[in-house]
Amino acid sequence: MIHLQRRANPSKLMGYLAPFIALLLTLAAGFFLFLMLGVPVGEAFRAYFIDPISDSYGLAELGVKAAPLIMIAVALSLGFRAGVWNIGAEGQFILGGICGGAVALYFYEVEAAYVLPLMCLAGIAGGMLWAAIPALLRTTVNANEILTSLMLTYVAALLLSFLVHGPLRDPDGFNFPESRLFHDAALLPSVVQGTRLHIGALVAIFITVMAWVLLSRTLLGFALRVNGTAPRAAKHAGFGQAGLVWFSLLFTGAVAGLAGLFEVAGPIGQLNSTISPGYGFTAIIVAFLGRLHPVGVFFAGLVMALSYLGGESAQITLNMPLAVTGVFQGMLLFFLLAADVLINYRIVLGRERVA
Amino acid sequence: MAGSSLVTMQNITKAYPGVLANDAVHFDIGHGEIHALLGENGAGKSTLVKVLYGLLQPDSGSVTWQGQAVKLSSPSVARSLGIAMVFQHFSLFESLTVVENIAMGMAVPATDNLRKRIIEVSNRYGLPLEPNRDVFTLSVGERQRIEIIRCLLQNPKLLIMDEPTSVLTPQEVQDLFVTLKRLASEGVSILYISHKLDEIRELCDAATILRGGKNVATANPKEESAQSLAALMIGEDIQPAIRTNQVKLGEPLLALNQLTITSKSVQNMSLRDINLKVHAGEIVGIAGVAGNGQDELLSAIAGETRSSGEMIWLKGEFVSYWSVGSRRQAGLCAVPEERLGHAAVPSMSLSENAFLTGFHRQKLRTAGLVSAGRCKKAANAVIDEFDVQCHGPHSAASSLSGGNLQKFVVGREILQAPDVLVVSQPTWGVDAGAAAAIHKALQGLAKNGAAVLVISQDLDELIAITDRIGALCAGRLSKLYATTDVDAQQVGQLMGGTHSLEVVA
Repeated sequence: MIHLQRRANPSKLMGYLAPFIALLLTLAAGFFLFLMLGVPVGEAFRAYFIDPISDSYGLAELGVKAAPLIMIAVALSLGFRAGVWNIGAEGQFILGGICGGAVALYFYEVEAAYVLPLMCLAGIAGGMLWAAIPALLRTTVNANEILTSLMLTYVAALLLSFLVHGPLRDPDGFNFPESRLFHDAALLPSVVQGTRLHIGALVAIFITVMAWVLLSRTLLGFALRVNGTAPRAAKHAGFGQAGLVWFSLLFTGAVAGLAGLFEVAGPIGQLNSTISPGYGFTAIIVAFLGRLHPVGVFFAGLVMALSYLGGESAQITLNMPLAVTGVFQGMLLFFLLAADVLINYRIVLGRERVA
Repeated sequence: MAGSSLVTMQNITKAYPGVLANDAVHFDIGHGEIHALLGENGAGKSTLVKVLYGLLQPDSGSVTWQGQAVKLSSPSVARSLGIAMVFQHFSLFESLTVVENIAMGMAVPATDNLRKRIIEVSNRYGLPLEPNRDVFTLSVGERQRIEIIRCLLQNPKLLIMDEPTSVLTPQEVQDLFVTLKRLASEGVSILYISHKLDEIRELCDAATILRGGKNVATANPKEESAQSLAALMIGEDIQPAIRTNQVKLGEPLLALNQLTITSKSVQNMSLRDINLKVHAGEIVGIAGVAGNGQDELLSAIAGETRSSGEMIWLKGEFVSYWSVGSRRQAGLCAVPEERLGHAAVPSMSLSENAFLTGFHRQKLRTAGLVSAGRCKKAANAVIDEFDVQCHGPHSAASSLSGGNLQKFVVGREILQAPDVLVVSQPTWGVDAGAAAAIHKALQGLAKNGAAVLVISQDLDELIAITDRIGALCAGRLSKLYATTDVDAQQVGQLMGGTHSLEVVA
């Protein structure tokens, strides 16, 4: 029989190395995957990992994809550190897009500087509203936030679908399930001329730094960390758990909502039924890949963004299915979790001992 | 009584990263001998016993069982030889009956035959136990009997008992000793691990004393005094805490008025009508067997559970609705029983753990940001003042031995100079030297005008340091008596549920 035995002193160094090991193993597994698919391996790797970022436009695209991932993942990692498992960032992202997008459509053809800030506020409010529901259920009736936040994601997706098929549908859009294209005053300006890189990239950097300081230097960050590892000690120190649950969920909701607004007011420029390629879920992988540390999450976000671009590029140049992206992301999480298990446990072969 | 050697352990050496837990240790126990294993925390007692029970493999050394060299590669090997162990922490299924639990432990079906054997053994050794009772209805002492009977059913030649009396009332301790002596007279050897030197002097025929992983002495405890045994254990003379008799009672600082908290879960005891006043300058002790509401009382006073109305009064104000933080700022500090995970965060450093409760009363932040330097200073102060053995303020709380972490969490609160300190099990698992230091610190705090409430299962400790004493039983607090007016037997009665003693003048 094989069983796992807890290690007395898990290696700290390996903890930091694990994401890199997972990355290498993912590449190795990818190599065999490409081989089995009968794809020229060298070309596939090139298409997947190098081509997408070989020019400035590609780098900007990396930023466009990485910004929402990093924003959401950093916010999620704060909550995860506190033991608040918000799995519904995807839904909060969509609500942010809906609310911000609705403001854009309401002020259609209004040329005013206040439109964009108002959209941002609406996006934040939408995300927070959606996150407030699991927070309320958790703190009042002790409903598990993993389930409630996840289920609300599907409600959000259906709500978006309903809106773009109905009330918010473009009146001149030949019945396509999309809204009007946003007016110029409602679109995010590009940060780098000639690319789609928008202000979200700067916000992602800002949030990363802010979360870093919050987590390592403030009382709130300390309370979050204590609550995650030793909830009874948090009680002993006088950190109210309900407050930490509310903060974690509302903060992630706000950030995810803002990211959703950035997505519809930036690269997409309208509301349609597919405004997110799963950013809210991928951000969970990003948060763990980055070891729930804001700086780690930042780099993990870049890696994961590359996997999106690589998937698209491989699809175009090599006719590979887009599902390859999901396969790579899944393998990365799998190897990371496996590495974590092996850091904390050793495998013992033989008969189980009675302790 | 003791015959030829039953088991001999020679040159047992076991190293952990950075620590030599056992350094060429010898140990020898004869047939029918009650042999004590003594030593401070971290002296290597647990390691040696784990080697003997097959839980650990030594790096070198040999074990001889009745003249034959044996390799104790697992507990099942040890059990097949006739070695049985009663652990300090029981592993029982609360919702099952006694007989079902015993059947589980022995991996046999719960038959009528087993039930008969249980009754037989329990009668023979004076261990009254009803086989069909559900475990959750039993007291800690009764639960321990299950573990002992489980061992006895396997006809052991050697019975290892790890701190068996730490959870028992004085009466239960006496009953246990009768059983153990009976067993020894029938030829069963008993390895007895305890911190309580008086018990060892009463019960044991021989004692092996370990210090820092090495043998320091083999003594006959009946010929030693508790003082001399303690000196052997820690290598120096210790000054026991001496009660300062002139207590100047000051103003009451903490009062509980009909404190009643109804528990929402089966694991917690409800508190009922608790009345208590603790004055400046005194130490009040609350005795009681574990699980009679101690945790609930501490968390109600500390503010982890809120009460209502005028139930809790602190320095002139009713604080029932106050948060933990407000109570701490007002001068009430608390040390819960559970060190890891409740009083301290295991994965965090001592610096961070100093911040955990210290930030309410000490200035550990600059401009709103946690100051690593100040936290380190605060942690260092505790480490120096209370002689906490560790690698420094950056060590993780989980890396400290139980006794050292205890010194840290008690010291952390004392150095915050509280007006009221509530502490649960202040010297649980702490060696004699450290216990004396903690007792002195508590007395010093009271002397400087603080009100100290000590909740403990260690009766000797309470009798040694408190001014007034009472006991918790089933969530009710007995009347309080001046500690000098009562003896251990009388407090034992209070622990057993007697509300007031008529005989006390």
